[in-house]
Amino acid sequence: MQNHDTIIIGAGHNGLVCATLLAQAGQRVLVLESNSTAGGLAATREFHPGFRAAVAHHANHFSARVAKELGLARHGYTQRSLPPIGLGNDGEHVSVANGELRGASESDARSFQDYERLMQTCATALEPFWQKTIPGIGSRKLRDLATFGHLGLKLRGLGRQDMREFLRIASLPARDLMDEYFESDLVKALLSWDGLIGSRLAPRSPNAAVLAMLYRRSGESADTRSLIAALEAAAADAGVEIRFDTPVAHILVSGDDSGLRAKGVRVSAREEIAADRIISSADPKTTFVDLLGVEHLDIGFTNRIGRLRCNGYVAKLHLALEGLPEFTGLDSPDGRLLIAPEMDAIEFAFDDAKYGRCSDNPVLEVTVPSIADSSLAPDGKHVLSAHVMYVPYAHKGGWTDEARDAIKDRAIASIERYAPRIREQIAGSEFLTPADLEREYRITGGHWHHTEFAMDQMLMMRPTYGAAQYRSPVPGLWLCGAGCHPAGDLTGLAGHNAAREVLR
Amino acid sequence: MTTMTSDPYAGERLKETHFYEREAELNIRDAWSSWNGYLFADYYYDTEYEYFCIRNQCGTYDICPMQKYEITGRDAETMLDRMVTRDVTRIGLNRVAYTVWCTDQGRIIDDGTIFRLADDRFMLTCGSPCTAWLRKAAFGFRDVTITDLSDDLAALSLQGPTSCAVLKRMGLGGVETMKAFDIRHFPFHDGNLMVSRTGFTGDLGYELWIAPELALTMWDELYAAGEDYGIQPYGEAATNMARLEAGFIMPHMDFTEALKTVHLEHDQTPFELQLGWLVDFKKPHFSGRDALLEHKRRGPVWTLAKLDVEGNWPAEDAIMYNNEKCSHEIGYVTSAMWSPTVKANIALAMIRTESLKGELWAEIYKAKELRQYRRMAKCTLKKKPFWMPERARTTPPADV
Repeated sequence: MQNHDTIIIGAGHNGLVCATLLAQAGQRVLVLESNSTAGGLAATREFHPGFRAAVAHHANHFSARVAKELGLARHGYTQRSLPPIGLGNDGEHVSVANGELRGASESDARSFQDYERLMQTCATALEPFWQKTIPGIGSRKLRDLATFGHLGLKLRGLGRQDMREFLRIASLPARDLMDEYFESDLVKALLSWDGLIGSRLAPRSPNAAVLAMLYRRSGESADTRSLIAALEAAAADAGVEIRFDTPVAHILVSGDDSGLRAKGVRVSAREEIAADRIISSADPKTTFVDLLGVEHLDIGFTNRIGRLRCNGYVAKLHLALEGLPEFTGLDSPDGRLLIAPEMDAIEFAFDDAKYGRCSDNPVLEVTVPSIADSSLAPDGKHVLSAHVMYVPYAHKGGWTDEARDAIKDRAIASIERYAPRIREQIAGSEFLTPADLEREYRITGGHWHHTEFAMDQMLMMRPTYGAAQYRSPVPGLWLCGAGCHPAGDLTGLAGHNAAREVLR
Repeated sequence: MTTMTSDPYAGERLKETHFYEREAELNIRDAWSSWNGYLFADYYYDTEYEYFCIRNQCGTYDICPMQKYEITGRDAETMLDRMVTRDVTRIGLNRVAYTVWCTDQGRIIDDGTIFRLADDRFMLTCGSPCTAWLRKAAFGFRDVTITDLSDDLAALSLQGPTSCAVLKRMGLGGVETMKAFDIRHFPFHDGNLMVSRTGFTGDLGYELWIAPELALTMWDELYAAGEDYGIQPYGEAATNMARLEAGFIMPHMDFTEALKTVHLEHDQTPFELQLGWLVDFKKPHFSGRDALLEHKRRGPVWTLAKLDVEGNWPAEDAIMYNNEKCSHEIGYVTSAMWSPTVKANIALAMIRTESLKGELWAEIYKAKELRQYRRMAKCTLKKKPFWMPERARTTPPADV
């Protein structure tokens, strides 16, 4: 007997959002998760006895709409902003808070107002489209034409000047945009950061850096652990069943002369679970190549999946600290501390990674999540969590323990330059390369976005045409993960949009 | 003084096939063209003479330049079955099947034959290099190995009513019991001679597959055995005549390979080429299935039609109209000739399907002593191949 309308593969945040929306609409939903906790990359887990952290250490732009539709506030979800702070070489720092650039020159602070106005105007115009299915080109459905019409109107609504500016800057390298507005390198690096992190982009790379900045201006800032806890509670409240420690081995299809249809999943040699539809929050390569099997798909399609750029460039450093780390010149490390003092520092770190090496001077985003959430560490102790860029998935010579230790030590050395006593405070540590993330979280390439957020892999090309409206080419199989529009990060939007599409 | 020893055009020169040595002696007109980088006889002495050899005695046609791929491994069958439109699981051991493969859009990439040599070993042959598509088709399978045998397997087609007798005399015992599309292996000197009852002439015929080092030995024994049976080599021109009578399609003439087509819809679906019988929708999936289903539902916009053309002017390159006054174009001729065997003026033409019901007129141009003449010829649709002799399928073939 079939007990489920929908099986969702993966209890990452997108899987949970999708599951909850479908359950709220009356479906019987089963979520299968290979790990023992929910949240995927955002799962909070112990990395050293008594110390816990999540790879995705802060939700910078969780969708307000998703939070509202899921009723997350009832389950303990609260906003908490974490301002970006750029650490300078000599103890100075710049930060953005309440729409102001602090610690910068008068001229940069003034330019910031113009910059901020343009970026926020563009971000506001784009925001509705992160929350929508982007129709395939050539569709003549009224609803799809309406989406394109809406997009056109929104852009037109920017006004002649801003629309032209938007079109001009949309694919600019971050550096070009920054050079137009600012004089301080520290300011430029700080403001570029959200255009680059998680992607294979450096300040001089043209592509989607500006679009990533705009994407990351949507939504609300929230604390990872409470967000995932709220999502899990909302799912339970809606009647979603989650089975942990249950990796899916295969997506099962039935086939006859009327074609194929996904009919369930195999979770072990003995157990198959049937459902009307399967929705995968796994990345597109894992879903189509490993779980479904290319023989059920067209050759051109699978080759587009095979060509997706899925190699991650961000590693994760977790430090268990005996006390609160002290950063020179900073009253409190409560923020996103960016250790990228110059644009060239970012560029050079990327140059090394391009050729499969790790930089001698990695650039980092550091947070101390235990400041806001004391449950993450024993009393009086703290957790430092850092994204380390650029650490290539495809490391020359492979990821040996020596290679991992070497880049870990350099990452700590980078932090040490700003927090000189850090080494004395370290009680334990963990370093996860993209290859480790791939293995532990079953994400091809360990990529934050599952596949690059880039011009050729976004909107109706994400992950690729033929699967960009959350439907896969195989009836009954859907996608709802970061590899779908809009992209990764903790936004809930891919899961939300997929559920909306299923429920149409 | 230094002497030039290296050939600056080495990489550009055409390669010699494994039978070149013998063929060069017989190619008294030096009428070479090329196929896939190999020197390749257009004709040896005279096209019509060679054509009549195929129809009345037997002839050999060098298919070394044809592309040959060995596909092996646990996933080989699944991989091929997903790539082509026919059901590969139903090709028996030591059997050959003709098939096409299509893009995701259901447009023909190429046609060719699949040989099943073991549960997990196949050979695919086709006219144009297919490595790139095969690699794409193999992506995602764990256990498939594709080996390009094109340069490393000699192949010779032996076609015509005396072909079986020649092979028997050559010592291939039991060859007469081979049915059409059968494969059989015969010990040959220190090696193996693989014979398939296949060909591109619509006549009784076989294709011989052998290691390069035994190629000339095989040629010599074949020609010795065939001496009393009128064996002759034939080239591309005679092949083209024979295949047109049989209603077989030729790439670059009757269809354009989809991956090489620039203009949208200058390529074809199997339905447009009347190859719908090759598309097995009983298979739950194969590459292009969804698109092909849609093409089938809508019906082909174009149809490659067989025409009997009034008069005796070959309708080569003719434009087709639905009336004698040429007021409305409905298509174009892709291949045409006067058929000596059928004694008819035959043609293949791509015609708008909706126009097949009406009158069909070919506008034919013909030069006589440099002066161009034009004639409108009424055409009649033919349903069956122009020529399809019993002997092509009879087993054992009649003694000659």
